[in-house]
Amino acid sequence: MARPRVALDVEIPSDVKYIEHVVELATRQCRELRLPPHKCSLNVPVALSEALSNAILRGNADGKGKVRIRAVIRDDAVVFDITDEGPDFDMDAKRVEPTPENVTREEGRGLFLMHRLMDRVEHIYKGGNVIRLTLRRE
Amino acid sequence: MSFSISKQGDVVVVDVEGQLIVGNRQELKQKVLDELERGEKKFLIDFSQTGYIDSSGLGVLVSLSKKIREQGGELRLANLNDDLQTLFELTKLDTLFQISDTRERALESF
Repeated sequence: MARPRVALDVEIPSDVKYIEHVVELATRQCRELRLPPHKCSLNVPVALSEALSNAILRGNADGKGKVRIRAVIRDDAVVFDITDEGPDFDMDAKRVEPTPENVTREEGRGLFLMHRLMDRVEHIYKGGNVIRLTLRRE
Repeated sequence: MSFSISKQGDVVVVDVEGQLIVGNRQELKQKVLDELERGEKKFLIDFSQTGYIDSSGLGVLVSLSKKIREQGGELRLANLNDDLQTLFELTKLDTLFQISDTRERALESF
């Protein structure tokens, strides 16, 4: 079993204009790892985009602070940690399921999509919020 | 990423090139609302050149759909690739929008 290796470790200002570039860096890693194509074109970009926009717009809601993105490659999975500098929050309370009454909502699909597109989503609070997204390589 | 607007008959066609995400959703919204304000009623958004859409992008589509309908118009979508189709199915938005396989079929459906 190979030791996990850090494939990406970047810090960005709290501005949504940086999201697309970071997502591109992450999807490039996915393609190099030869993950199934839909994981590189759908699961990773959408889930990561959601985690980054949450960190920027809600975690660091004052527009200050940084967001750190770290990707670790394990034998069985890719693990992304997205860390903001904001206060703790209840992730499960903010998750909105796409029930018929919710389908016309304009917001609230982000956490749901992260959970559906990743194999595991964890929220850890360590002086800032860490959203850990785990995606199996197979 | 950019949006281009053209007119085919009486339908305003919007091509989404690249991603539709939190960083550019307002630009799409404003372009469509400007056309709506000019009196346009029929809108088609073509995703044949689109990469991925995040929840903010999906939210803007829902918002535009409501605003267009309030003005007596219609918004339809075309050319979702397999990934985008999956995204619409996961979020049940495939039940909210009329989606066509091709631009031609979408134009004929108005």
